[in-house]
Amino acid sequence: MFNKIKEALKKTSEKFINTLTEVVTGKAVLDEDKIEMLETIMLQSDFGAEITDSMIDTIRKDMKSEKIRDVETLVLTAKGVLKDSLITDRNKAFEGENLPHVILIVGVNGVGKTTTLGKLANKMISEGKKVLIVAGDTFRAAANEQLEIWAKRSGAVIFSNYSKDPASVIFDALEKTKTEKFDYVLIDTAGRLHNKKNLMEELAKVKNVIKKQIPSAPHDILLIIDANNGQNALRQAEEFNSLLDLTGFIVTKLDGTARGGIIFNICSRYKIPIKYIGVGEGTDDLLKFNQEEFIDSFFEEILKK
Amino acid sequence: MFEDLQEKLEKTLKKITGQGRLSEANISDTLREIRRVLLDADVNYKVAKQFIDDVKVKAVGQEVLTSITPGQLITKIIYDELTRLMGGSGAELQLNPSGPTIILLVGLQGSGKTTFSAKLAKYLMARSRKVLLTAADVYRPAAREQLKILGGQIGAPVFTIDDSKDAVKIATQSVDYAKNNGLNTVIIDTAGRLHVDDELMDEVVQIKNAVNPTEILFVVDSMTGQDAVNSARAFHDKVDFNGVVLTKLDGDARGGCALSIKAVVEKPIKFVSLGEKLDSLEVFYPERMASRILGKGDIISLVEKAQAQVDEKEAEELEKKILANKFDFEDFLKQIRMIKKMGSLKSLMSMIPGIGSAVKNMDIDDKQLVKVESIIQSMTRQERKNPKILNGSRRMRIAKGSGNSIQEVNRLIKQFGEMQKMMKMLGSKGNKNFLGNIKNIRFN
Repeated sequence: MFNKIKEALKKTSEKFINTLTEVVTGKAVLDEDKIEMLETIMLQSDFGAEITDSMIDTIRKDMKSEKIRDVETLVLTAKGVLKDSLITDRNKAFEGENLPHVILIVGVNGVGKTTTLGKLANKMISEGKKVLIVAGDTFRAAANEQLEIWAKRSGAVIFSNYSKDPASVIFDALEKTKTEKFDYVLIDTAGRLHNKKNLMEELAKVKNVIKKQIPSAPHDILLIIDANNGQNALRQAEEFNSLLDLTGFIVTKLDGTARGGIIFNICSRYKIPIKYIGVGEGTDDLLKFNQEEFIDSFFEEILKK
Repeated sequence: MFEDLQEKLEKTLKKITGQGRLSEANISDTLREIRRVLLDADVNYKVAKQFIDDVKVKAVGQEVLTSITPGQLITKIIYDELTRLMGGSGAELQLNPSGPTIILLVGLQGSGKTTFSAKLAKYLMARSRKVLLTAADVYRPAAREQLKILGGQIGAPVFTIDDSKDAVKIATQSVDYAKNNGLNTVIIDTAGRLHVDDELMDEVVQIKNAVNPTEILFVVDSMTGQDAVNSARAFHDKVDFNGVVLTKLDGDARGGCALSIKAVVEKPIKFVSLGEKLDSLEVFYPERMASRILGKGDIISLVEKAQAQVDEKEAEELEKKILANKFDFEDFLKQIRMIKKMGSLKSLMSMIPGIGSAVKNMDIDDKQLVKVESIIQSMTRQERKNPKILNGSRRMRIAKGSGNSIQEVNRLIKQFGEMQKMMKMLGSKGNKNFLGNIKNIRFN
């Protein structure tokens, strides 16, 4: 009984203090518009209905229990939920403990695998590393020519053989690492839709071939996700991860108006980290993923008004 | 294509079927589910909202006739609304009656412009157009190389200026080149560009002004999410494109962006592209796609596709043989070759109503057809005509000759026997014109 009264008093005083704060600081009052705004932002940023609906439910519950009373707390809560969804158990940057560090780049068609690989090579070389690029896309016309130009730009060594299948090209390329020292090996692969069983099996074979040459490799398998993609990216992550055990994502084309919100659903499901984001076609347009900045970017609009 | 959307809508519709009559309450449940379905399918949230509102108004206002179930009624309303949103009726590619037809392709990076340009060239060449491909993507490394290789694969000339950074100049000169070389169609592949990149958007406007295209097509990845409306609107405002091309529909994307784009810019989807093979291109039919979303299948597409490829006489002869129960390995081989001409077996089967969702997770290997073909080719003419004489030593010879195992040969012969039995039944039931019947099926 005594506790209950104490609790009630505490709540009342909290409420009083909050009201007072609101009057004094002029913090925005929370209304239905702000919640709708949050919902709109999330839906149009491709978070998806599932995550959006559950976020709005959480917010409403917290409002009922008066945990949320102003816009700032609302945004803070939303940010907290998003931050939690990005928690992973393997948030390691590329580390050169196993040399060479072998990175396999995979993804559906047109997401920017080759461009990302080129930028990655450039980044590593500018850090003084020795990089081998392997042209594992033997399917798309002129894919190896495209990589060759990127190799030339960055000064990486390139291994390609258009007349062979990807597994044997990669096998031969890794043979090279036995006589020559490399810090990183970046392997490009052909774009493939995740529902193409034969093409996906080819990737599994590629992984096995890499293991044959270097048992600890590949040290990273990165799925490239186009920020323009909507809910289908979830299916991509599901299929590529179940086949290959991904170690990270790179979200590309974030320099446009697409926000890539689906990545939150993906990360919370698979606990796999986002390593980089792509923000353009220039050699330096690959940024280390900054969680705070990325999350903040979604809420600028709601805080403004 | 659209399989998931179709499956989900089927599910929600099943729930409402058998509930007697539409009531405000049972509609609102279904509509909420449809909203979720549409959002999961990447339909823009505003378009989805509008869609739900429209359907609601139409559904609640209508009387339920005793002759139809509430499920049928709401199916029809949703179907009509989807069809309306996606454009009403199909739109053909415009051709220039005097002078060359110039087709300009625009879109974001990675939407599949270069692959599509080669597919479109092949499509038009099959319709007796003399096509020139123009490589005007001067930014992406080796983009010009890619188009040259694709052009080589389909036997189309490719125009570009290798070291030039001037896309406008390349486009302009390619049109002159076409005129001077008796080519009546020019397909201009441009660089992928973000709609917020003013400089590159200006470039594409300059190309447009310089060559005055007959058609401008906006190429969009069917996996695109909510932002599709923004890029479509921006490209539309800048270059006023005539039509949309939806690519990568052989994936499992629900393709809701097709609905969104249509709703926002009011331009028809002219082609859908489904695969990396250069002949996997289809004309878009909105009504059929709406039917397909609602689980009715796209049997009209299937029939038309078959008609375009299959020689009518061959089909007639086949029908006669089936009726006379004289279908042999020789005919089987012909059929296999027809199927191969029509594209992948899976894409063909997925268009049949009721099969679509079953085929989705099946692994249909087109290589199997090649295998079957090789086995039949290793048979003598006599054996093909009269499979009964295929004894052990003949089978062994066929296995060796075709590079397959004896088990595989046995399996094929057994399956063929079963097929013959089925056809016998078909013939005896008096289904004389069963191919004709399929052609006459119409929905609604």
